Amino acid sequence: MERKDWPLWEVFVRSKAGLSHKHAGSLHAPDAEMAISNARDVYTRRNEGVSIWVVESKHIHSTLETDTESMFDPNADKIYRHPTFYDIPDEVGHM
Amino acid sequence: MEQKEALFNYLLRLGDNAAILGHKLSEWCGHGPELEEDIAVINTALDLLGHARSLYMYAGEVEGKGRTEDDLAFLRIEREYRNALICELPNGHYGDTIARQFLFDQFNYLLFSELVNSKDETVAAIAAKAIKEIRYHLRRSMEWTLRLGDGTEESHKKIQESFNDLWSYTGDLFVEDESDAVIVAAGIGPDLNTILPIWRENVKAVLAEATLEMPEDGWMHSGSKSGRHTEHMGHILSELQYMQRAYPGCEW
Amino acid sequence: MSEEKDLQAIFDKKIENEVKIEPKDWMPDAYRKNVLRQMAQHAHSEVVGMLPEGNWIARAPSMRRKVALLAKIQDEAGHGLYLYSAAETLGKDRDTLVRELLEGTAKYSSIFNYPALTWADIGAVGWLVDGAAIVNQIMLQKTSYGPYSRAMIRICKEESFHQRQGYEIMLTLCRGTDEQKAMAQDALNRFWWPSLMMFGPSDKDSPHSAQSMAWKVKRMGNDDLRQKFIDQTVKQADFLGLTIPDPELKWNEEKGQYDWGQIDWEEFFNVIKGNGPCNKERLAARQAAYDNGAWVREAATAYAKKKAERKDKEAA
Repeated sequence: MERKDWPLWEVFVRSKAGLSHKHAGSLHAPDAEMAISNARDVYTRRNEGVSIWVVESKHIHSTLETDTESMFDPNADKIYRHPTFYDIPDEVGHM
Repeated sequence: MEQKEALFNYLLRLGDNAAILGHKLSEWCGHGPELEEDIAVINTALDLLGHARSLYMYAGEVEGKGRTEDDLAFLRIEREYRNALICELPNGHYGDTIARQFLFDQFNYLLFSELVNSKDETVAAIAAKAIKEIRYHLRRSMEWTLRLGDGTEESHKKIQESFNDLWSYTGDLFVEDESDAVIVAAGIGPDLNTILPIWRENVKAVLAEATLEMPEDGWMHSGSKSGRHTEHMGHILSELQYMQRAYPGCEW
Repeated sequence: MSEEKDLQAIFDKKIENEVKIEPKDWMPDAYRKNVLRQMAQHAHSEVVGMLPEGNWIARAPSMRRKVALLAKIQDEAGHGLYLYSAAETLGKDRDTLVRELLEGTAKYSSIFNYPALTWADIGAVGWLVDGAAIVNQIMLQKTSYGPYSRAMIRICKEESFHQRQGYEIMLTLCRGTDEQKAMAQDALNRFWWPSLMMFGPSDKDSPHSAQSMAWKVKRMGNDDLRQKFIDQTVKQADFLGLTIPDPELKWNEEKGQYDWGQIDWEEFFNVIKGNGPCNKERLAARQAAYDNGAWVREAATAYAKKKAERKDKEAA
């Protein structure tokens, strides 16, 4: 049977110019236009945003908890990717 | 008629439109078709009540008798309210509310677009703030008109009836009287006759896109500008004024 | 089997180390059920909670009060929405949750089965009911389930004006005429005990309390939360010059908290069972909104589908 209730959307809000959009929450809406309208009414009532993205929740893919070790742990010890790994004499100044 | 008196009347009309329609919309709070809609409708109600407050405060100032926004909102008799009749009609089903809102928003949008250029600076400032919100109201009620008109067979039928039923109340929006003449002459507000054809065009275009028929013009209700209301108005006031009338002179 | 043991160990360790549990993480079935039940109940409470206050929007005595009340109730709709969304992350959609409410299989806070009879009740609800809810919600910001915790953080931030709104109403009434002050006292008399009941039965009689605490879904017991609420509210009542309707209420120097009387638990369980002043009206109002909105929701879905099809056709 076809679902009668509106699909779920994820809402991302840019709080001010220059910042990236951040996940604010979810809501239901029949289409993208209304998802944006609803997001405006639900998630920016207190002037929290200047721009909104919405995406239907079913389109979001994510990593799995069971993959966490192989996905993220290997990068914990690659300290050469961080500036503190390199010795530069103080006399050189800020770099 | 003096300009001051005309301006006071004019501000009351604008203020009462916003106050009474905002009051009616707020009745949806907790009863809308979906939680998201409750929130959206309340936003429109809050915007309108905000417009009403600014307009009442200015009206009180223009009148110069020390009346506050609450004196004007709560303590007039029915014949002294000047809101358009369409604003006081019952919410009905959601389609009735959307149709009422769309017809009014379209009018309000055109009116306030002109008021932004009012020669009265305060009116222009109030309008400049309000027009942004009204533009959003119009977008929402227009999109819902499309959704219900071009949705299911049932919704199409329902909202077509809503428009047909409401049509005879639209004439009242454009009636002009002595106050209007003074306001237009002073460059404070637009001639409603110049707005009417644009309103018709816009309504017609949206109804067509929504696969709806434009209702036929016929006999039109009128009377709001002289405070002659529908039977619904008294019931609205009995709720709206209940506290102020039951406990006169109190602070709340 | 051993895999499940490993997963259970990972879960336990997260709880122990204050690491939040997220929707796609493994969790024991009983934990899922417990959190889902609590979030759904909380969501239903927000939405049903709109009704008693909604009853006074049309009669609010000033423009300032009217917009404040409307904005507050709008927040409650928003909070219901956040909580339904949090509940949906555990795989039950909103429509199902709402139906459980309407069928009576899901509960909501009993406090909303009491009527809002006078304008002072709007003050008392904001001051006491929101006050009690905030005590509970501040604790829940640290709940172990991630989406619930995030919803609570957002809700607490937004709700900070709700209790002030209610208290300001009470304050204005208490500084007003004798009639107004009597109205305020009457509201306190009627809402005091039901507000204390909001924290639920004593932990020793609460079926879910111990397990919820162990899983860190709840971070404080019902009795401690209730005591905290009483201790902070008494001086607020004193400031108003109102009397809390509990003759046994007395400061206990030794314990550093108030001693107080007995909650009428019979009334509490009776209201939960459906025998409260407004149980029927509240559910009937939600049922009517659901039924009367069905054609609107369907129309919007149908329109969205048509529009998408037209777009596809144009692209083809």
